[in-house]
Amino acid sequence: MKRGVPIVIGAGATVLFAFRPDLFVPLLRPFAPIGGAVIYPQASLWSLALSHVGFVLASLAASFALGFALAVAVTRGGGRVYLPMARALVSGAQCFPPVAVLALLVPVLGFGGAPLVWALFLYGLLPIFENALRGLDGIAPEVREAGRGMGLTPWRRFREIDLPLSLPFVLLGLRLSLVVSVSTAALGSTVGARTLGEVVIAGLSAGNVAFVLQGTVLVTALSVLGYAGLGLLAGGMKR
Amino acid sequence: MIELRGVSKRYDARTVVDDVSLVIEPRTVAGIVGTSGSGKTTVLRMINRLAEPSAGTILIDGVDTRTLPGFELRRRIGYVIQNDGLFPHRTVRENIATVPRLLGWSRGEIARRADELLELFQLDPAVFAARFPHELSGGQRQRVGVARALAARPNILLMDEPFGALDPVIRAKAQDDLLHIQRATQTTIVLVTHDMDEAIRLADRIAVMADGRVVQFGTPEDLLARPATPFVERMVGVSDRSFRLLSLMPLERFVEFGTDAASDVEPLELDAALDAREALSRLLWVGAREGRVRVGAGGTHGRIRTSRLLDAARGASTP
Repeated sequence: MKRGVPIVIGAGATVLFAFRPDLFVPLLRPFAPIGGAVIYPQASLWSLALSHVGFVLASLAASFALGFALAVAVTRGGGRVYLPMARALVSGAQCFPPVAVLALLVPVLGFGGAPLVWALFLYGLLPIFENALRGLDGIAPEVREAGRGMGLTPWRRFREIDLPLSLPFVLLGLRLSLVVSVSTAALGSTVGARTLGEVVIAGLSAGNVAFVLQGTVLVTALSVLGYAGLGLLAGGMKR
Repeated sequence: MIELRGVSKRYDARTVVDDVSLVIEPRTVAGIVGTSGSGKTTVLRMINRLAEPSAGTILIDGVDTRTLPGFELRRRIGYVIQNDGLFPHRTVRENIATVPRLLGWSRGEIARRADELLELFQLDPAVFAARFPHELSGGQRQRVGVARALAARPNILLMDEPFGALDPVIRAKAQDDLLHIQRATQTTIVLVTHDMDEAIRLADRIAVMADGRVVQFGTPEDLLARPATPFVERMVGVSDRSFRLLSLMPLERFVEFGTDAASDVEPLELDAALDAREALSRLLWVGAREGRVRVGAGGTHGRIRTSRLLDAARGASTP
């Protein structure tokens, strides 16, 4: 449990910063233009952070659902022949830079959250798929053979052997996708999705370094906390 | 009783097992011996339907195995593979509990059975039950693998190269243990191995396989004395089959009583638990014409004549 302490402290500091940025004004004032606003005034930081996290979680859930399902499918009985196809699909998705996906999708889906979730979803597939595949493929053949040989049904073999033994890799894939998504989601503000990127962009266009800093610090904190939190979860499950 | 009737297995155009018929009597140990690619493992895997026969029927106690769903059939048949296949994320006790849990035994029953098996395999439950497989030695893992296969008291135990990963000393001990346990539990064992010595040592009857066919199915003595084909001859090793034949004979068979200690040399003291091969080897080593064994608790001495052992080594046909 000791390893959780820094995470709890970090999470507390982040929440405090998001809800009461006014407490940090003395720290940020030197970076704001003289006489200008120190804290971003258009929207509260916490609502932007929540919306930011919401987009990340929605797209991550979708990436996980598809990426993990594909990895499971190609490691079952006759599914192996579809591995090249699945791989082409997720690698292809990775090939489109999120910025390009945003640009292409806006004419189709309009401004707002939808193009952002799509872009993050596509970008998050590869790490989840490849790591889940590595975990599932890494299970010793004799362990799977023993499971079958003792009369475990396919569902039980999945739940009692494949899932627990591949879990560390599955979580690793999730962590990688999470980190990438949290930082990439900031781009969503260019197409009208409400994310912390809004604060950074406002700071850049107004020449207000304090805005840039508060946006960046929050995005970075969310990313680090998410990564560490999932790491703690993975560590707790390992016996 | 396990009956294979005209069983074949084909993968596309390749025939791996070709029209195999075998009858394995209950409470015996059957060995299936062959080179790699001979189809021996496939025959074993068809008995518990890990592989489905392309043709033919397999009956267990007269019942066609296809009348049960595969997973239910497999819960009734013990299965041991090389490298043990223990679940790395489960403790020794949880591993042993696998099939009883699937069969819905109560927790108390499962725990009692696991402890009982650990004791049977000389693994102290207090020390080993809560350990994970990676905390065990190779020999210990192998024993847990067999204990897990026997957990739900199956009538049949299928073993695929169960001792393949063990070093020779531990292997010999594991083989002895298996024989003891087989006698105690009266389990029918089908053992696949590429090691003819192992089969001769453990099996009541041996099926020799080549290119998917059973070329001979007989007792170890049969195989040694009357190999059906040159291939069987090679498998049993013609050059030392005399010794293999002797190794099948307990020394008691050669004990003679009476006077006539004609020997000019002091007879060699032998242990009655030896087999004829070991006894002959010791006699030859010291050049003794006879040995002496202590028979029974009374300490009566019996004689073992080297010449009688040599006669026995001559095999079935005299030159």
